[in-house]
Amino acid sequence: MSALGAVSVQFTREQLAEVRRLQALYPDKRAALLPVLHLAQEAFGHISLEAEEYAAGLFDLSPAHVHEVVTFYSLFFREPRGRHVISVCHNLTCHLLGAQRVLTHLKKRLGVDVGGTTPDGGVTLLSVECLCACEMAPMMQVNDRYEGNLTPEKVDRILAELR
Amino acid sequence: MSELILTRNFHLPGSHTLALYRETGGYAGLEKAFAMKPAEITEEVKKSNLRGLGGAGFPTGVKWGFLPKGHPGPIYLVINADEGEPGTFKDRYLLERDPHALIEGMIISAYAIGAHLGFVYIRGEYVGPWRIFRRAVEEAYQAGFLGKNILGSGFDLDIIIHRGAGAYICGEETGLISSLEGKKGWPKLKPPFPAIRGAFGAPTIVNNVETICHVPHIVRRGAAWFAGLGTKTQGGTRMYSVSGHVARPGVYELPVSVTLRSLIDEHAGGLPNRRRLKAVVPGGSSAAILTAGEIDVTMDVDGLKNAGTMAGSAGVIVMDETVSIPDALMVVARFYAHESCGQCTPCRESTGWIYKMTRRIIEGKGRKEDLDTILDVARRGAGTTICAFFDGAVGPYISYIEKFRAEFEALIPK
Repeated sequence: MSALGAVSVQFTREQLAEVRRLQALYPDKRAALLPVLHLAQEAFGHISLEAEEYAAGLFDLSPAHVHEVVTFYSLFFREPRGRHVISVCHNLTCHLLGAQRVLTHLKKRLGVDVGGTTPDGGVTLLSVECLCACEMAPMMQVNDRYEGNLTPEKVDRILAELR
Repeated sequence: MSELILTRNFHLPGSHTLALYRETGGYAGLEKAFAMKPAEITEEVKKSNLRGLGGAGFPTGVKWGFLPKGHPGPIYLVINADEGEPGTFKDRYLLERDPHALIEGMIISAYAIGAHLGFVYIRGEYVGPWRIFRRAVEEAYQAGFLGKNILGSGFDLDIIIHRGAGAYICGEETGLISSLEGKKGWPKLKPPFPAIRGAFGAPTIVNNVETICHVPHIVRRGAAWFAGLGTKTQGGTRMYSVSGHVARPGVYELPVSVTLRSLIDEHAGGLPNRRRLKAVVPGGSSAAILTAGEIDVTMDVDGLKNAGTMAGSAGVIVMDETVSIPDALMVVARFYAHESCGQCTPCRESTGWIYKMTRRIIEGKGRKEDLDTILDVARRGAGTTICAFFDGAVGPYISYIEKFRAEFEALIPK
């Protein structure tokens, strides 16, 4: 993927085979839309309007139908994101146990606000609703992983490992 | 210490593997189940007093009984693993630490209701649990527990794992069905209930992960045993997720007759730093809050209902004396405003405005009439929407303000 985000929105032959497999798996082909959008995001980095149109073509849906799905869910990114995504939980238990401190620390260390991406394209910082890991509050998701019992020191260690 | 059923293997290394599950008696309920008639299993589940553990607490066997008899087309079993209720994390533990328990529960439940295709809808953020569960499903296929003619019974079952993409509303069963069908997760008007017309237009049973994990034990050890573990109206144990200001946050599996006081003080180790209890949310953020003086209640569905709150998802959030209740309500109100799907006007508008009002109250810009306006909007909106989401938001709006009104008033300029 180029730094400018200029990715051709086209699945490889293998990915297209996976699309066909998913579409045949469900009682109704359309049910494969979410899995295919996950696949698209993995392949293209984010789901652009162009990617929505491409997905619509694969499902014989109107781009508007795909757009309303993409915009409904929080895990579909419509803009390029960083190579790493950090999502700090700000719901009740994490809030009680210091989520704001964690977020403030991350903003300072990364030099970005919530929703922002570091200038080098390294990290996107988000503040999100309950990730259902309240036993390790305050916690955050780093890409696929949950990290909990956060302190500023632990956050620094996690950031150092990401670079 | 009471007997552990669902969590008994959690401490064992490799508890997620087929080998360990079988060593500890796993899949042993299957043969007994296949020797029974499907209707006998539903009857056994009814008699066990198993109630849905995702939030609504509806009797599971009764739900299964709503399916049309002799339906000629497909019937689907859908597992709700879209855990999202703030304060809840038990299903994550089950998916990660005992995925085969869910698979065995699905096989027996599908056999009982006549389904040959089961879906497991896992929230998108649960990437680790999804990978572990996916591996367990592969193992089960290889060992002949899934697919065609399971254990020579003539019964077939396939499982499709479906990942969500970030939306709390997809934990609502009809919102989940919309999402499973490839649409935005808008709930559907009931009736028709999913048991009559659910996923892809077919009769569908949607059950929570933990609920289904109980089924093999009920079949193996009998309804009377399971019913005897709980109260008169709810059988068994359940997994309480305890978090917030306690010494030992975590998942505690206990009979549903346990009291909230015992759960906090004895099991979760009480409050740290010698602080005093201020309030507890007993069943996930949609449950009405309880004050420190209201925790001598049993944690079963009806015990908490009689206490004016709900057992919900059994997510227990403990708050000590340092917590600002208006601040806590602002956090909860932000959640409901963010997660309202926008379909029904009373919910979409009220959640947004109530969040703005709670925020201005804690910023010291509240108006005298704000508290009564929030209460009024909450009361008028309750029961007017397609799904129970707004009713869930009303629980905290009303209870936080009614039980801690002076604390809110102190923040509002005279």
